[in-house]
Amino acid sequence: MSVTGIFLILFLIVHATVNGMIFFNDNGEMFNFYAHFLSHNWLLRIIEVGLFAGLILHIIQGLMLTGQNNQKRPVKYSVNPGNATSKWYSRSMGILGSLLLIFLVIHLSHFWLETKESLYVTHKEDSLFEEMKEVFSQLWVVIVYVCGVIALCWHLIHGFQSAFQTLGINSPKYNPLIKTIGIAYSLIICFAFSMMPIAIYLGWIQ
Amino acid sequence: MEHKEINLNLRIWRQKNAQDKGQFENYKAENISTEMSFLEMFDVLNERLINEGKDPIAFDHDCREGICGMCSMHINGRAHGPWDGTTTCQLHMRAFKDGETVTVEPWRAKAFPVLKDLTVDRSALDRIQQAGGYVSVNTGNAVDGNSLPIDKTKADASFDAAMCIGCGACVAACKNSSAMLFTSAKVSQYALLPQGQPERNTRVMNMVAQMDKEGFGACTNTGACEAECPKEISISNIARLNREYLSAQFSL
Ligand code: SF4
Ligand code: FES
Repeated sequence: MSVTGIFLILFLIVHATVNGMIFFNDNGEMFNFYAHFLSHNWLLRIIEVGLFAGLILHIIQGLMLTGQNNQKRPVKYSVNPGNATSKWYSRSMGILGSLLLIFLVIHLSHFWLETKESLYVTHKEDSLFEEMKEVFSQLWVVIVYVCGVIALCWHLIHGFQSAFQTLGINSPKYNPLIKTIGIAYSLIICFAFSMMPIAIYLGWIQ
Repeated sequence: MEHKEINLNLRIWRQKNAQDKGQFENYKAENISTEMSFLEMFDVLNERLINEGKDPIAFDHDCREGICGMCSMHINGRAHGPWDGTTTCQLHMRAFKDGETVTVEPWRAKAFPVLKDLTVDRSALDRIQQAGGYVSVNTGNAVDGNSLPIDKTKADASFDAAMCIGCGACVAACKNSSAMLFTSAKVSQYALLPQGQPERNTRVMNMVAQMDKEGFGACTNTGACEAECPKEISISNIARLNREYLSAQFSL
């Protein structure tokens, strides 16, 4: 979980940076340039396979972990401590992850599938930026994306610190740093991602 | 501390034996001194049940001073009740309000089967300990203590880990019923000391293998164990266990 998680955390930095190019508000020129580069470079094609492998592995590990752990208490407590002993999101990684999985299916069918189709099937040069504008012109899509990103944010806030703990990195010297970076990372990434559909929907980006 | 007497409505788990399904039963505890411990409250109640010719409520206890780890009870959703860093025997009745309903359940975990009422079988923890939680010493004269220099901070951290009383509250509090805090404390107490070095790798591998075999869940770092541990064992020990395990696995 931790290794694949950190891998995905790193991927999100690249993803947010490239997509953040739309905020230059240059009619998507910069963004399209990078998107084109990313989808036509053979080295990146290989990395993309690795990314999907990491993602699928993370999902399988998560499902197995949750499934197995759920069997370890056949008779449940009648009274539970609620948030008195742990944070709700640390207990809800399975649910948050499942929400993310649903979101991911929608997300990939919106963008990844389309791009691949025009790249390998229809062979027409399409502008990912135009596609983004089109998809985010629907209100329900914007709402789904913002909800997905909120789930991602909680998932990351626990996941970031948790990954370090699992890898054995927990020391008074570095704990404040890990905690601060983890929360800052989660908030910045998720703020950036949620602003993309919102900004396009509201017409802030042309 | 002002002395008061309170009445409580108790909702207690009753289960005849390991095969029985079990259910909650309601009891009234009357004129309970706020200076009693939670177990003394049970003594008063059991005395009454015995006088009435009923089966007293079975619960584990031994030292009644917070060092043996026997008094396992889940009280109002909390392992060992509402106070932090406290065992049930050290929990006082002033923690409760007059007229309050108090639900008492046994530890719930697949690895801790209920034997009767509030008593569970915690021997899975003993077997983890037996799998490697020791130092093999060849007999001979005791060596001079000063011949082994030990860094003070490490000695302190080892001592903190050795505070674990094997009570199982960490397992009871964990949503995954994981015994990582217990095992990590037992591994850490030796890993930090020179005496623990020769068996360092086999110890962690064997103890973790036994832990998995006993049917405990896997750690997802929620931190509930640390919050409920009566000896306030830190989850930094779990990180140490993970480190020990990784390095043992990669050692040749
Ligand atoms: S780590 Fe704490 S909660 Fe777990 S068995 Fe030891 S003393 Fe009890
Ligand atoms: S009875 Fe020994 S710790 Fe409570």
